[in-house]
Amino acid sequence: MMQHHLMILFSAMLVNNFTLVMFLGLCSFIGVTGTVSVAFRLGLADTFVLIITSISATILNKWVLLHAPYLRIIAFIVVIASMVQITEMAVKKWSPALFRELGIYLPLITTNCAILALAIFQTNRGYGFLEGITFAVGAGAGLILALTLMASIRERTELADIPTIARGTALVLFIAGGLSLAFMGFSGLLSAQ
Amino acid sequence: MHDLDSLHAVPGGSSTATATQDFLKGIWKENPVFYQMLGMCPTMAITNSVPNALAMGLATTFVLLGSGVFVSLFRKLIQHEVRITTYILIIAAFVQIADMGLEALMPVSHKALGPFIALIVANCLLLARQESFAALNNVWRSTLDALGMGIGFTMGLCAVGSVREVLGQGTWMGIRVMPQSFEPWVIMNLPPGGFFTFGFVLLALAWWTERRKRRTPLPFPVRTRADEPLLERAG
Repeated sequence: MMQHHLMILFSAMLVNNFTLVMFLGLCSFIGVTGTVSVAFRLGLADTFVLIITSISATILNKWVLLHAPYLRIIAFIVVIASMVQITEMAVKKWSPALFRELGIYLPLITTNCAILALAIFQTNRGYGFLEGITFAVGAGAGLILALTLMASIRERTELADIPTIARGTALVLFIAGGLSLAFMGFSGLLSAQ
Repeated sequence: MHDLDSLHAVPGGSSTATATQDFLKGIWKENPVFYQMLGMCPTMAITNSVPNALAMGLATTFVLLGSGVFVSLFRKLIQHEVRITTYILIIAAFVQIADMGLEALMPVSHKALGPFIALIVANCLLLARQESFAALNNVWRSTLDALGMGIGFTMGLCAVGSVREVLGQGTWMGIRVMPQSFEPWVIMNLPPGGFFTFGFVLLALAWWTERRKRRTPLPFPVRTRADEPLLERAG
């Protein structure tokens, strides 16, 4: 039981890292990894929304989508959009300081494809309530890891002597390729057991 | 920029020139993959072979066309406050149709693309087109715009897919193009290959743009290409 959950956790975090191996949520990965502190906080907000989405997806799958499977994508996207909205309102009410720090990144989580992908993967693999939460925590930790790594490398490249044409997205993609190559090394981690 | 153009255009009086421009801008000048850089997740995730890229591009074109027509049909009815939610719902409905249609018609492609068909909903390109074009223009112009953008997106995906398939498997659309002695580059089939290929494409584009800019004569004297290495060394 414990081992099964650990497998899900590490698989989502390292072996099948959402950003670097599965190419999910690249917009925020390229757009908001300028500084480490912002990237880390965005990762935390993502994780929070991932966990809520996982719980909502379990509930939806159990009681609604069983009867109407053709509503799957519509139901998921509506639930995600409203959950992000509720999260935004709750953060604004209880912690205005955090709300100011997150700014525009909070509503933008709705269009982060990692969130919708989590709900779809969870449904396809038939995860239950607890498995879903473990999966969401693992995926969130993977996002935090990828965002923080990327931001810390980019902070170093600020002062480096880089040709003009390579600055911007091209450089970010090359760094991402290198990181992704490093994450390929984790692929033997779980198959060894 | 096209926002301004469309605001100034006379409704219903779209000339042939405007129509051609609406269609062509998505293919070249405002190509979604290379210039707008929208919808990057599928650009890198499913371009390990050309057939996958083609199927994904066609599915996206279908959703662009359907939602573009619907949004421009109902653009006067949609309230400003709830417009994003409405667009997302319209897009989601068409994605669901594309998902189920592809599963029934091309089960092999559907399996290869995995969750990325469903993830068209979260592709920023779709929301961007509805917000900046379909909501402001009539059905005919929106149809042309959606078709142009869809073809541009498909072409971008196929370009990246061609590089990855030729180098990664030695084939193009499943036909062998490289000599037998060619050793396939495994990295091109793996996730890093997507990042590197697209990085090189952007690098080549930036180099080309820079070169063209430098060739355009300016009305005042600037440093010439001959004394450039000296200047750079001095700086």
